[in-house]
Order: sequence, then C-alpha cells, then structure tokens
Amino acid sequence: MKKIVNFTIDGKPCQAPEGENLVKAAAANGIKIPSLCYYEHIDPPLGTCRVCMVKVDKKAFAACTIKAKEGMQVEFDVPELNDARKAMVEMMFAEGNHFCPACEKSGDCDLQGLGYRLGVTISRFPHLFLNRFIDYRPKRIVVEHNRCILCRRCVEEVNTKDGFPVFSFLNRGASTEVRVDYDQEAKLDEEEAIKAMHLCPTGAILVRGKTQPRPRGERKYDLQDAGQTVTTPKAGMAPLKGQPKKVIATTSLAGCFGCHMSLLDIDEELMDVIEVVDISKSPLTDIKKFTRRCDVGIIEGGCCNDENIEVLKAFRANCDVLVALGECAIWGGLPAMRNFVPLEECLNEAYGHATSDLEQGKVIPHHVDLPELLDRVYGCNELVEIDYYIPGCPPDASHIWKVLKNILFGADYSIIKSEFKYD
Amino acid sequence: MTTTHHSEKTQLLNLLWACQDAKGFISNQDIFDIAAKLDVSAIEVEGVCTFYHFFHRKPAGKYIIYLNNSILSELKGYSAIRKALEQATGGHWGGVDSTGQFGLFDTSCIGLSDQEPAMLINFYPFVKVTPERVFQLISALRAGASLAELADTVEDHLRYVPPGDRAIFFRDFAPGRALQRLTTISPQQVIDEIREAHLLGMGGAFFPTADKWQICRNNPGEQHYLVCNADEGEPGTFKDRVLMNRLPELLIEGMLIGGYAIGAAEGIIYLRAEYRYLLPRLEAAIATYKQLGWLGQPTPAKEPYTFDIRIQMGAGAYVCGEETALLDSLMGKRGEPWPKVFFPVERGYLGQPTSVNNVETLCAAARIIELGAKAFRSLGTPGSPGTKLLSVAGDCRFPGIYEIEWGMTVGELLGFCGAEDPYFIQVSGPSGICVPAAEQSRCICSEDLLCGGSVMVFNTQRDLLQVMINFTEFFKKESCGVCTPCRAGNFILGRKLDLLKRGLARPADLEEIRQWGQLLGVASRCGLGKASAHALINAMQKFPAYFQQRVRAKGREKGFDLDRALGDYREAVEQTS
Repeated sequence: MKKIVNFTIDGKPCQAPEGENLVKAAAANGIKIPSLCYYEHIDPPLGTCRVCMVKVDKKAFAACTIKAKEGMQVEFDVPELNDARKAMVEMMFAEGNHFCPACEKSGDCDLQGLGYRLGVTISRFPHLFLNRFIDYRPKRIVVEHNRCILCRRCVEEVNTKDGFPVFSFLNRGASTEVRVDYDQEAKLDEEEAIKAMHLCPTGAILVRGKTQPRPRGERKYDLQDAGQTVTTPKAGMAPLKGQPKKVIATTSLAGCFGCHMSLLDIDEELMDVIEVVDISKSPLTDIKKFTRRCDVGIIEGGCCNDENIEVLKAFRANCDVLVALGECAIWGGLPAMRNFVPLEECLNEAYGHATSDLEQGKVIPHHVDLPELLDRVYGCNELVEIDYYIPGCPPDASHIWKVLKNILFGADYSIIKSEFKYD
Repeated sequence: MTTTHHSEKTQLLNLLWACQDAKGFISNQDIFDIAAKLDVSAIEVEGVCTFYHFFHRKPAGKYIIYLNNSILSELKGYSAIRKALEQATGGHWGGVDSTGQFGLFDTSCIGLSDQEPAMLINFYPFVKVTPERVFQLISALRAGASLAELADTVEDHLRYVPPGDRAIFFRDFAPGRALQRLTTISPQQVIDEIREAHLLGMGGAFFPTADKWQICRNNPGEQHYLVCNADEGEPGTFKDRVLMNRLPELLIEGMLIGGYAIGAAEGIIYLRAEYRYLLPRLEAAIATYKQLGWLGQPTPAKEPYTFDIRIQMGAGAYVCGEETALLDSLMGKRGEPWPKVFFPVERGYLGQPTSVNNVETLCAAARIIELGAKAFRSLGTPGSPGTKLLSVAGDCRFPGIYEIEWGMTVGELLGFCGAEDPYFIQVSGPSGICVPAAEQSRCICSEDLLCGGSVMVFNTQRDLLQVMINFTEFFKKESCGVCTPCRAGNFILGRKLDLLKRGLARPADLEEIRQWGQLLGVASRCGLGKASAHALINAMQKFPAYFQQRVRAKGREKGFDLDRALGDYREAVEQTS
C-alpha cells in the first residue's frame, strides 16, 4: 500500500495515495477536473490538451502532469483558471473545423460536452479555417481531420496485435496532423477499430458502417447532467429604458431561417411576447427598412456577401443591443464549410462544371443588382461588435427567450444544459 | 522492448540522412525499407521524417539552398536574395526548378547573424550574400564548380574579451591543462568545485550545473550519459558556433570533465545540421584526443574511467534545443518536449540518468577546473560569476562575439558593438525580452538582465511590428505541434498581428493580444511554448505608444477590408465574362 497524503483543492481537504495522478486523485475526492487527453494508464501522461490547468502552490500546471504530494495546495475552481480552461476548449474549436450539426459524434463528443460544461457560446479566437481533409483510404476507419484536436490518444493507444502503432503525428508546428498507417490499420479487427473510435474524444475516428448516431435526446451528453445549469456569460444588461413597448428587429443573413423558426417555437408564449414587444424590421413583419431605433437586433446567419455586410452594419447602427443567434451568425456555421475551399473552386463547381451544355463555357452570375460573394463566410463579430451570443443549430427556443427577456426587462435567468446545444 | 531494438531505433535520423544525402529526398520506398529494417510502423518513420525540415519527401534538387528567414536576415536583404535566387535558377520558392537542379527553401536562423544575409547550399555556408553573388554562384554551379571551393570561410568575429587576464573562454589554451587536474581530484570534488564556482547553465535556463551533475551522478542506472547540446537554434545566437570552431578541444575537455563528474562512459554531441561544416573540425579534435589517450581508453584520473564521444547530427528543428526534445531526437524520435514528470537526470537517454549541457557550459566547466573556482568566482557578479558569450548582431558596426564579464551594462555593450542609432535590443532571441536602448544602465547579469546569448540590435528606422510578426511566424513553424496553445495559439496571434499590420485593429485587439499571449505562457506544455509570446507582450509593455498608434478605433464597426474580401469573386467573374 502506498502512503496516503493529505492535500487541498480550493481549500477542501483531500486524500490520495502518494504519487497518484492529480486528475485521478481529484476525481476520487469528488472534484472533476476536465481533460480531453488524460488516460489513467498512460504514463507518462500526454499533457497535450492543456484543459486540466490548475495551480499548485501558485504555479500553473496541467493537472495530469502533477502527482499527489503531502501538503500541496491546488487551485482549480478559480476565475483565472476557469477562463484558461475555457480558452483552451475555445482554441480547439477555432483551430479545427467543428460542424456539430453535421457530425456523427454530436452529443457523444467529449469536446462538445466540455463546451457545454464550460458554457462556451463562442470562441474568443478567430477560426483558422484550415483546409484539412477526410481520409477515406483506411480499410475500416475514416479519419475526419477537421475534427481532430491532436490529443494523441490514438497515437499512444491504438496498436496492432503484433505491437505496431497504427497512428502517428506527422509534420511540425501549425501543420502537425495525425496520420494512419494503412498497412497497420488493415490488421485491426472490427472490435479494435470500434475501440479506436471510442477512444477519440471527438468525431475524428469513425468506423465505416458502425457510427450509428443515437437519436437526439438519447446521446451521452444529452443524458449526462441534463438539468444542470450551464454557466454562460450573462447578458447582464440593465433593462432597456425608453418606450414601454420594446422594439425588436431580426434578420437572416447567410442562414437558413431555422433560427427564426426556433424563435417561433415558444408556442403560446408568443402571444405574451407580442403584448410587450413590437417587431420592427424583420422577415416576420416584412418591414424592409429601419424606420425607428430598435432596442434589440437579432441576427441569424453570418456574412457571405457584401449585402449581408450592409444589412449587418445597418443593424449595428440602428439597434442598441445585437444578438448573434445560432452557429452561422456566431462564426459562420454550415455555410462556412466553403471557407477552406478557394472561392474560385466553389464557383467552378457550382457554375463551371455543373452547367448544361446549352451554355457556352461557364458563366458566373454577376450583375449590379446581385450581391458580390466574399472570399469566405464571416461570423458577425468579425464585422461589428456583437453583444450576446446564443449557440445552437438552431438554438433552443427557451434559451432565446430567457436571454431576450433578460436584455429587455432585466428578468433573471439560468440556462440548463438541455437548453444549451451546438446542434 | 529490448535494448538492441532500442539502440537500432536511435539510428533512425542517420538512416534518414543517408537517404536524404544520397538522393536529395526520402522516397516512400525509403520509408518502407527503413520501417522494415527497424521493425516499426512506416507511419512512425514518416512521423519522424516530416518533423525535421531538412528531410524532404519530394525531390529537393541537386543543390538544396536554404536561405535564413530570421528577422536579421529579413532586415539585411532577405527578399532581394530570394528574388535573385528565383531569377537565377528559374525556380519558385519552396520548390525545385524545372531542371531539378536547384531547390529553394526557407530555414530558421542558421547561426550566422553576424554575416547576414546568409544561406546554406547543401550545408555549405555562404555569407553576406548579394544578388550579384547569387547570379555568379548559380552559373558557377551550372558550370560544374565544386561547392567546397565556392563556399565561404565563416569568420569568427571575436570582437571583445575582458581586458587583462579576465577572459575565461578566449584565453590561451593548451590541451590537457584542465584534464591534468583530474589525476588529483575525485568526481565529487569536480562537482564541488563547479558548485563553488556557481556555474549556471549557459543555454538560457541558468540551472546550476553542479546540481544537475550531482543529481545525475546520484541517480542509479546501468549507464550514465553526458549530452552536449550543440543545437544552438535561438535566432540571433552563434556563440556555440564560434566556440566549436575556435576551441573544439576545450569542449571535449569539458565533456571529459562532465563525464568524469557524473560517471558517464559516453558523451554525445547533438550538433545542429546547420553547423555541418563544423563537423570536420570537431571530428579532428576528437581524433586528436583519442591519439593523446584521453578518449576511448582509460583516461588518467584519480578514479580512472573510460570515456568516448560521438556526434549526432540534428535535422532542422529549433525545438530540439529543449533538452527533452533533444533526447527524443537522439533516440530517433520526433523532437517533442516531455511533460515534466521526470527529468533527464532521472530518466534520460535510453531511460538512463543523463546530463544535458550546453556547449558554453561545458567549456566554462573545463576552464573552472583549469583555473580554479576562486578565479572564476572573482569575475562577474555574485549571482552570475564568470563571463558570458554574447552573440551581437543587427544594426551595429561590429557584429560578432563578445565575451563579457557578467555585469556589463547595456550602454557599454551598445558602445562596444558600435550600435547605430539604437531603438531597442532584443535580448535572448524571440523567446527573450525587448529592452529599449534608453535603458542604458540595465546590467547584464542574473541580478537584472539575464541573457542566453542572443543580442539583436535594432535601430530607430526598424519597424517593431515587423520584428514581432517575424517572431510569431518563427514559433508557428518551429512549435513541436503537440500542445494546443503553442501550436494553434501562435497561428492565431499571427492573424491578429496581421490585422494590426493592415491597420484594421481596434484597441480591444491589443488587449486580446496581451491576454492571449499570457495564456500561451500559462498553458503551454514546454518552455518554448511558454516563452513564445513573451517578446510580443514585452514589446507592448515597453512601447505602448507605438502599438496605440497602429490601432484604428471606429465606433462599433470593426475594421474590414471589403475590397480585399471581394477580390477573389471579382477576379473569377472577370476571367469568365
């Protein structure tokens, strides 16, 4: 038996066998330090994801690289570290191309689950939109590089029966990526391949024909802590002053109107809302131009052309508070899937190769009345300041209205996990 | 895994070098052959191969030209040389010309900052290159001239040593003078003497050498190893180059002494590939010491021991200067720093207690044994006794090596090097700090301003932002890629700096750069990542007005270049209508 040592986490007395990994030791004491790369049996620990940041005796470390020691004082749940951990998760969302609504692992994804747990509504970092590829060559698995966070679990853990690693890191610096050894991969049996898929904390490793996503509501992170409050940044606005009836404007830029549909999903409560809110410029009213100052502008969709930018700027100029509603408005969302393909290639695909032979050569639509396409899709906050973000594709109706009631009337609210979604 | 398997795997870099040197690239078949030979996955071999930027997976030319793209090269004419190279060869940057003769590539600092712009052709050095010279060189090579004949002799540029008898490194040297003392003192006494001298690690971490040796010595193991870190990669540093060129014998004696102290039978010099032209010099010195009876056979000492030295070539990766990354590289792996759960002195090369010491540290150790701790301690400052080699370059009349006594002021150094209209100096390279030239009285010593060796002088005509963008690009390329904050963070910071450069940033962006830079410092996995935004944050602190003036605040709209964003579409329309 190893010696038991006493230490504290945020002042709470804890005990663990000496030398025990701090992530494990904390868990045994009821404190769940989040991590995406930690595995109990990998020693030395990988320490790649940097999500488990703590301070030990005032110095910052990844908790997974710390061993329990007598008398050590660990800080965990403090604003500075909570923010650093959240920043790490946001950085992963900004570095990869994470389209939750289109992902087989959505709802069962550790990265996404951590996003919920930490209340990430937007990545503070600009999305890099790197052109990564999907590797269909392996026999049993498909590697979706867009979703890879380079945690290195698969590199360390997935070996053939005769002891050969199946994955390795390739390249260096910002170009680092995980790659499969096709010959070794071919030796994996189905069970081993499925194990690899589950080992991956995101949806980067998939097994052909075996992904079978569970229906929404029954997935790992739908079930886990569904009623728990998510700490989101509070809208925290003072109730807006002015006329007793508040004025709202809405628009859909490069969006699908799905977020607007979600707005309507509060059903009969909508009748109460109409009593206290006027809807000005909006597709719901078909008012095309701003005729008066608005309290809140709700933006669905990002900017894919110059007209979107014009509308967004008009919203910024005419509304006191702007809310980015849904993934597309927040960072581009599904339309941003074109962001890693050069525009010329997109246009060729749509208008060049796809035209009927009636047309001579390819013609890209252009006219003074037509908006011009931007080089990529931009999130709204790349163009104007946005005051509040509501994630989801589409966002949950009750999440939307809780936030709006807070902004308009100062009503207090809390968001529970089932109302907080990226898909 | 068996030890034999282990030691075969350590040969991976050499096997890859053999292919690279023979053909100018490493083919798929080579990867499979090596994997079969070492009995590992092909993907592992490829993983190692692609980590190092001197290994190419596509034909890279008969003559592979690496032009330094560090900030000093950039300021001394990088783009003109690059253009001349493209014109002279007809090739495009980052690839090979149509005849397959010339490959044109960027590389990080090659340790020739005192003679920029500098480049390597098949690892032969060419310094103070001009566009005219480029054209001459390329036509000479086309005409079949030999590189060895065309290549430049690299000058040492030793500019300053302390007056009187106060030099430590660059004083007269006689082989064996330091080693003779080993016949009278025990390994423990060597460590005690080093401790008394208070020698600090000169690679930049300044860890007390005696402590490192003591812990290494005390740790049990089948073998102990002494590794000399000659992977001098911090941009602006070239002191180890000069030491190895001028006094390789001193380094060997330092290693013999270190090996004696920690109980090692083998010493390995990890030499960066950029310094391949120093290899003959080092090998000759090793051969001499074998002849003299100090290497490869029982060395005369109070406690006789046998010690030998071999050289391992690196293959282009700044991060391998970090000791744990260096050890992984030595073992034929990707050079990724370890999470610090144990140290090399506990489990290092092949899992055995290992001491990794910088070239300068080992040379200093030899001098301490030769001259005595007391003499060493009488120099410098109490916190940092002795002398320090500084590589000074940039906007000064006398770039080169300065052996200074710790405690020299910034003003004195600027005076000695003939700094012209200095604006600031970057101390310790991109991972160091920015010191405004106005801080003349700052004292270079552990009590005030420590310096790992790199001193880059920038005059008032230089653009601070250009310097910072170069540094950020450097880290983006040279990060090992293992942890998120360093790999993605430097990329992201680069995007932010681009906004600043294009005049699109807002005051909030400056605050974000500062916060994100700090985050990299807190969350990164190793020292490289932690230090990667150091210079930037520091520059923002020192020159707030400069950064403020690059910022354009404009209501609640953000800066956006609409014409640029529409450029692709307009071009596509134009091409088809």
